[in-house]
Amino acid sequence: MNARLADRLATVMFWTGAGIVLFILSSLLFYIFLHGAKSINWHFLTSPPESIRGGGGIGPQIFNSFYLLFWTMIITTPIGVMAGIYLAEYAKRNRITNTIRLCIETLTSLPSIVVGLFGLLIFVNKTGWGYSLMAGALAISVINLPFMVRISEEAIRDVPNEMREASLALGASRWQTIWRVVLPSALPGLITGGIIASGRVFGEAAALLYTAGMSSPALNFQNLDITSPASPLNPFRPAETLAVHIWKINSESIIPDVRRVADGASAFLVFIVLAFNISARWAGHHIYRRITAGR
Amino acid sequence: MRRYIDRTGRALSFVCAGLVIILTASIIYFVGVKGLSTFFFGGASVKDFLLGTRWLPEPSPEQGGASIGSLPFILGSIIISLCAVCISAPLSIIVAVFITEIAPSWGRKFIQPTVELLAGIPSVVYGYIGLSVIVPFIRDTFGGQGFSVMAGFLVLSVMILPTIISISTESLRALPDQWKHAAIALGSTRWQTIRLVLIPAARSGLVTGIVLGLARAFGEALAVQMVIGNVRQIPTSILDPAITLTSAITMDMGYTVMGSLWNNALWSMALILLSISFFFILIIRLISRKGVVQ
Repeated sequence: MNARLADRLATVMFWTGAGIVLFILSSLLFYIFLHGAKSINWHFLTSPPESIRGGGGIGPQIFNSFYLLFWTMIITTPIGVMAGIYLAEYAKRNRITNTIRLCIETLTSLPSIVVGLFGLLIFVNKTGWGYSLMAGALAISVINLPFMVRISEEAIRDVPNEMREASLALGASRWQTIWRVVLPSALPGLITGGIIASGRVFGEAAALLYTAGMSSPALNFQNLDITSPASPLNPFRPAETLAVHIWKINSESIIPDVRRVADGASAFLVFIVLAFNISARWAGHHIYRRITAGR
Repeated sequence: MRRYIDRTGRALSFVCAGLVIILTASIIYFVGVKGLSTFFFGGASVKDFLLGTRWLPEPSPEQGGASIGSLPFILGSIIISLCAVCISAPLSIIVAVFITEIAPSWGRKFIQPTVELLAGIPSVVYGYIGLSVIVPFIRDTFGGQGFSVMAGFLVLSVMILPTIISISTESLRALPDQWKHAAIALGSTRWQTIRLVLIPAARSGLVTGIVLGLARAFGEALAVQMVIGNVRQIPTSILDPAITLTSAITMDMGYTVMGSLWNNALWSMALILLSISFFFILIIRLISRKGVVQ
């Protein structure tokens, strides 16, 4: 076989391969949204699920997902950014820094079901909270933390050194420089990364099965007393999220319209995750432009 | 005052970074203690656990002694994740080369962002698509239940595509342009350049991507559990149902009592998962060290 023919054949192979993958991925999206569109309506998105009859919705699950995301980000953002500051600004090349990096890699690659087990043992049983939204948020924080640390470190490292030097030359202290100059400049990166992290948190399920639980108590959305078990704002109640709900109805539910609910829930879940990812791109560009006044 | 704030800030950031170490250590400690207690206090032998096939954690009196042979779970996990990578890795590298070399303009503008967006699709959705599309397809085409090893690795292979593609694309793009130019100037065709220069040069990045994909496939729980059938046996063909470590934990953790032999065996499985993810990290570290030397 001569080289030119081989080159032609290879080109065909690359086009075919890329075509196959694009086809798979786009038909996946198409399938999800086509089927989901049939079952999504206002009633479906706002009403509570049914346990035996058909016609239930996913309202509480949507709320739980967002509320859990809220607590997770409250927990991980400060710790993640501070740890990112340490790694980018203070860390020397020594054994402690190496250990921290190895630990970040370990946490990143942990299967989420293992984190779920750890959460079950510590946040559910040892704390005595039982299956609760807070236990779920802490478990997901374990998954999210290494990601936030890496994002923060990268965003902070991307800030040009001249800015630090200028600030220090003006007499600012190290911490003032970090807090007033470096962090604001790193903000676009931090926000973009934070939104992408939110998308990942929103879709997580395996770590939540045995921490946030697979049930949601009857919620009264008029009840804003944070200590009441029927209040949606109470973080110490069981809180089944959207992703967990998709799994649960497919594996152990007896409602007659499993397909309809699962189709709608999957489409909504994917829609939110894609919205997070797309807005992360958009926010990055937008904030960068606002800050630098450039294109 | 200023110095005080400076020190506090530094100390606080160090504490937060240290928290990562404490967290990792406590996960290893608790999973390790619970996972090993099966053998130290439960009286099970490590050999039976790793190589045995008889799974009877709560036997009735006539069945005789309890036994927690977990080989079907371990083999299930290994077979499914390896098959998924065998499908996904070549396709991903083809797409990565396509993005960087064959169609750089719209590859970068269109395909790469699409792939990255798809990386965010939750695994439970992959599982659900597998359940509602791939399982019925296998049932109608090849017969049987449809819940099978094949359904498992097909779902996983699609799920890990974006992971491997993004990392491979990045490592191919990081190569200096001069290498490509030099190869073409020497009279190589594009295929020869790709095969003999670019792919060998990006080897460590490509392998890292593949190992990360493998790790993701190995640790995935729900997507696999939904399509694999969860039958505790060693599969003899890809159309047989099987079970994996992750799906066993997913299914049984809620129904077993903490401290029982069954429950402890699940923790031992979690310990296997933990050790294997360490193993993957080790491989990636070795590869990237090698990459630097070149």
